[in-house]
Amino acid sequence: MAKILLEMKSITKTFPGVKALDNVNLKVEEGEIHALVGENGAGKSTLMNVLSGIYPYGSYEGDIIYDGEVCKFNTIKDSEAKGIVIIHQELALIPYMTIGENMFLGNERGSKFKINWNETNELAAKYLDIVGLKETPQVLIKDIGVGKQQLVEIAKALAKNAKLLILDEPTASLNEDDSKALLELLLKFKKEGMTSIIISHKLNEISYVADKITVIRDGSTIETLDKKVDDFSEARIIKGMVGREIADRFPKREKNIGDVKMEIKDWTVYHPLYSERKVVDNVSINVKKGEIVGIAGLMGAGRTELAMSVFGKSYGDNISGQIFIDGEEVNLETVASAIDHKLAYVTEDRKGNGLILSNSIKVNTSLANLDEISKKGVINKDEEYRVGTEYREKLKIKCPTIEQNVGNLSGGNMQKVLLAKWMFAKPDVLILDEPTRGIDVGAKYEIYCIMNQLVAEGKSVIMISSEMPEILGMCDRIYVMNEGKMVGELDASEATQEVIMSQIIKTS
Amino acid sequence: MKKGKNLDFIKKYTMIIVLVLVYIFFAIETGGSILLPMNVSSLISQNAYVFILATGMLLCILTGGNIDLSVGSVVCFVGAVGAVLMANLKVNMFVAILVMIIVGTAIGAFQAFWIAYVRIPPFIVTLAGMLAFRGLSNVMLNGLTVSIKDCTSFVKLFGGGADCFIPDPQIFVKVEGFNVVCLIVGAVSIIVFIAMQLTSRRTKIKKNYAVEGAAAFWIKTVLISAVICAFTVQLSRHKGIPTVLIWVLLVVLVYGYITSNTTTGRYFYAVGGNEKATKLSGINTNKVYFLAYTNMGFLAALAAMVTIARLTSAQPTYGQNYEMDAIGSCFIGGASAYGGTGTVPGVIVGAVLMGVINLGMSLMGVDQNMQKVVKGLVLLAAVIFDVVSKRGGKMISKD
Repeated sequence: MAKILLEMKSITKTFPGVKALDNVNLKVEEGEIHALVGENGAGKSTLMNVLSGIYPYGSYEGDIIYDGEVCKFNTIKDSEAKGIVIIHQELALIPYMTIGENMFLGNERGSKFKINWNETNELAAKYLDIVGLKETPQVLIKDIGVGKQQLVEIAKALAKNAKLLILDEPTASLNEDDSKALLELLLKFKKEGMTSIIISHKLNEISYVADKITVIRDGSTIETLDKKVDDFSEARIIKGMVGREIADRFPKREKNIGDVKMEIKDWTVYHPLYSERKVVDNVSINVKKGEIVGIAGLMGAGRTELAMSVFGKSYGDNISGQIFIDGEEVNLETVASAIDHKLAYVTEDRKGNGLILSNSIKVNTSLANLDEISKKGVINKDEEYRVGTEYREKLKIKCPTIEQNVGNLSGGNMQKVLLAKWMFAKPDVLILDEPTRGIDVGAKYEIYCIMNQLVAEGKSVIMISSEMPEILGMCDRIYVMNEGKMVGELDASEATQEVIMSQIIKTS
Repeated sequence: MKKGKNLDFIKKYTMIIVLVLVYIFFAIETGGSILLPMNVSSLISQNAYVFILATGMLLCILTGGNIDLSVGSVVCFVGAVGAVLMANLKVNMFVAILVMIIVGTAIGAFQAFWIAYVRIPPFIVTLAGMLAFRGLSNVMLNGLTVSIKDCTSFVKLFGGGADCFIPDPQIFVKVEGFNVVCLIVGAVSIIVFIAMQLTSRRTKIKKNYAVEGAAAFWIKTVLISAVICAFTVQLSRHKGIPTVLIWVLLVVLVYGYITSNTTTGRYFYAVGGNEKATKLSGINTNKVYFLAYTNMGFLAALAAMVTIARLTSAQPTYGQNYEMDAIGSCFIGGASAYGGTGTVPGVIVGAVLMGVINLGMSLMGVDQNMQKVVKGLVLLAAVIFDVVSKRGGKMISKD
C-alpha cells in the first residue's frame, strides 16, 4: 500500500448556529487523484479551507496529519510552505497584471528591494510550458480566456512547489475542450507523482480521473469509494450523495391550488459582462395561486439570475421574453414596478443584497414599502413601530427589541427579518432564493411554516433551493434547471432525488 | 449587566462627554474667558459656515463615506458672484441671493450628475470642482477683493458686521446689560422643548413603546434645558441673538427632520448601509446620490452668503479648507467613514467640538500651526474610535 500523504482526522468545524463539518475523516494516498463529492453546502469547501489554513488551527477540532506530522496551519502561507496549494473556484488572478506577475504574486523572485523580472519571466515560461500553455509570461491576464486562466492558476501552484494540489470545481466555467485538456493534465501530473484533490459536481469527469471518491453529506463523510474495488457509476455516486430519509422535517399543509398567477415565457438573459454568454436560455415557467413551485439545480445553473432578471431586470443584459400576471402581460422594467405588481424577491444573499446590517429590525422591515406608512414623504414612526412589532410576533423573530441592529442577529433571525420585509411589501408572488441557507434545523422548520401560511393565504411561492430534500418536502411542482436551461418539470408525486440529480447530470 | 449599560451609555454619548471635558479644560486654562458672553457669541458666528456645510456633507457621507472636496471653492465662487452682483453691479439684494442659490445648486447638480448617473468617483469629480471653482473665483474677482461693506442689509441679514444681532424693539422694557428678545426666546425654547419631550414620552408610554427610565429622562431634559438657558443668557449679555444663528438653526432643524423623519432621509441611510439591498427594495439609488450632491451645492451657497457677510467682502482665497472643517465635523460627530450611520445632532456636536478647540486654543495663544496639529489628531482619534468600536474593540484588522 502506498504511503498516506494526508490524513484529516475527526475534523469538526462550527459556525455560529451551524455545524458545518461533523467528525469528517479523509485519507489521501501519495500520487492519487482523490475526488470529493457532495451536494451544495455539504461541507466540501469548508473542509478544504480548514486544510489550507484559511480557517486557522484552533478554530476547528481534529487533526491534520500531512507527510507524517501533525500540522497547525495559521495562514495559507503555512500550508503553502508545506506544498499544499488550493485553487479556488473563483479564479484569484489580477486582470491588469501579466501572467508572470500573477504567478509570482506574494512569491516574488529576486530580493525584497528589486524584483528580478528576468528570472520571473523565465520561470513563468518554464511552468507555462509544463501546463501546456503557449502564451508568453508578459501577456495580461485579462487578454486570455477562462480556460487559459485556469491553467495559469495551476502553473502558479506548481511554481509554489505544490505537492498536494487542491482544485475546487476546476471545470465549472470551462467549455468541453478546455475541461478535457485540464483533466488530461491532471492525469499527466499523477504519472509524475503529484497528488491532487478535486472537488466537482461533474460526476462523469470524476469517474474518469479519480482513483478514490469520498462522499460528504451534511458535513459528515459518508463513504470512500475505491476505483479498484467499487462501482464508479454515476448512479452509485448519486446514491451516496443524496441517500437520506426525509422524515418529519417539513410541516404538512392543505393543498388548495388555484389558477395560474404568474407565467414567464421564453425568458432569455445574457451575462452583464460577457455579452455573448447566455445565463438564462429560453426558460418558461408558471406558478399558480396557492402553489409552491421549486426550482432545483446546482449552483450556477442560472436560477438566481432568472429570478433577479424577472424582478425588475435587476440582473443581466439584453433580456427578452414575456411575463404574464393574472393572464395580462406586464412590463417590469424596474424593481419599483415589480413591487407595484405585487412581486417580491427574497435574495439568497441576506447580508450582501438583502438587509442593511447597520440599521434596526424596524427600519429593515419597512424599507421596501415605506410609502404605506408615510404621508407626503414623512414617515409615521408610530406606525412603523407597530408594523415592526407585528411582524416580529408573526414570524417569531427572537430579539430584545425591534430597535436592535440586524447585523447582530443570528442567520435564522436575519432570514426572518428579510422575510418580514418582503411580506410587509404585501406581494402576491414571492420568489424565495435559498430561503434556508446557512440556518439551523429549527429555524428552517419555522420558515417552512411561514411558507405554508403564505400559500394558505392564496399567495404563490417560487422556491429556489439547492437542498434537494427541502425542494421535495415543500413543493407542489418542481422545475429542474441546469446551465441556464430548464431541463425538466416534475410533479411532486413523481419526483425523487435520484430523478432530479440524473436530469441534471444527463444535461451536464 | 449594569456595567454593559454604562458602557453603552458612554458609547452613545462619547462625543458629548468629550465636548464637556474639553470645554471644562479650556475654561480652566483660559481662566474662564471662553465662557465670556462675547466668546460664546463668537463661537456661533465664527463657525456658522461649518454647521451649514457639515450638515450637507453628512448627507454625502451617509451615502457611503463619500465626501465633497469642492465645497470650499464653491463657497468662494458663489460668494464672488454675489459680491460682484451687489457691489459692482448694484443688483438688488434679493435678486443677488436668488442668483447665488441658483448658481450654487446648479454647480451641485452638475457634479452630482457625474457622480450619481455616470458613477465617476465623488473624490475625482469634486477634486476637479475644487480646482475649477477656485480658479473661476479668481477670474470672477480679477484676483482682487470686492468689498460689500455698503450692502448693509445683506451683511446684517447673514450675520456680519458689528450689529448683526436681533435688537430689542423700542416698546420692550429695557433691562440693563441684557438683550430681552434673546431671554424671551431662550425661555420659550426651554418650555417648548420640555413640552415636546413630555408629550412624546406620554404617547410612547400610552402605546407601550420602549422608553428610557424616568430618572434618565429627567436628567437629560434638565441638562439640555440648562444648556439652552446658560447659552441664551450669555448671548443676551452680549448684544443678543446673532442673525446667523437663525440660519444655522433653520438648517439644523430642517435637515435634522429630513434625515430622521422622511422617506427621502431614510434612503440616504439605506444606500450607505447596503446599496444593493436598497436597489432591490425598489429605490432609485442614483437619485439618492444626485440629491446628496445637489443639496451640497445649495448649502454651499448659503455658507457663501454667511461667509461674505461676516468678512464683508469676497476674496479669491476665501473658503480654503472649509471642506476639511465640514468633513472633520461629520467624522468627529460619529458619522461612519463607510456610510450609513451618523445624525445631524451628532455632526453639530462634532462641529461645536472643533469650534471650541479652535477658540480655546486661540484664546490660550497657541500657535496657528499647532492648532492644526491638534485638530488633525482629534479627527484621527475620532475615526479610529469609530472603526475600532465597530470591530468590537479589536485594534488590528484581521481581514
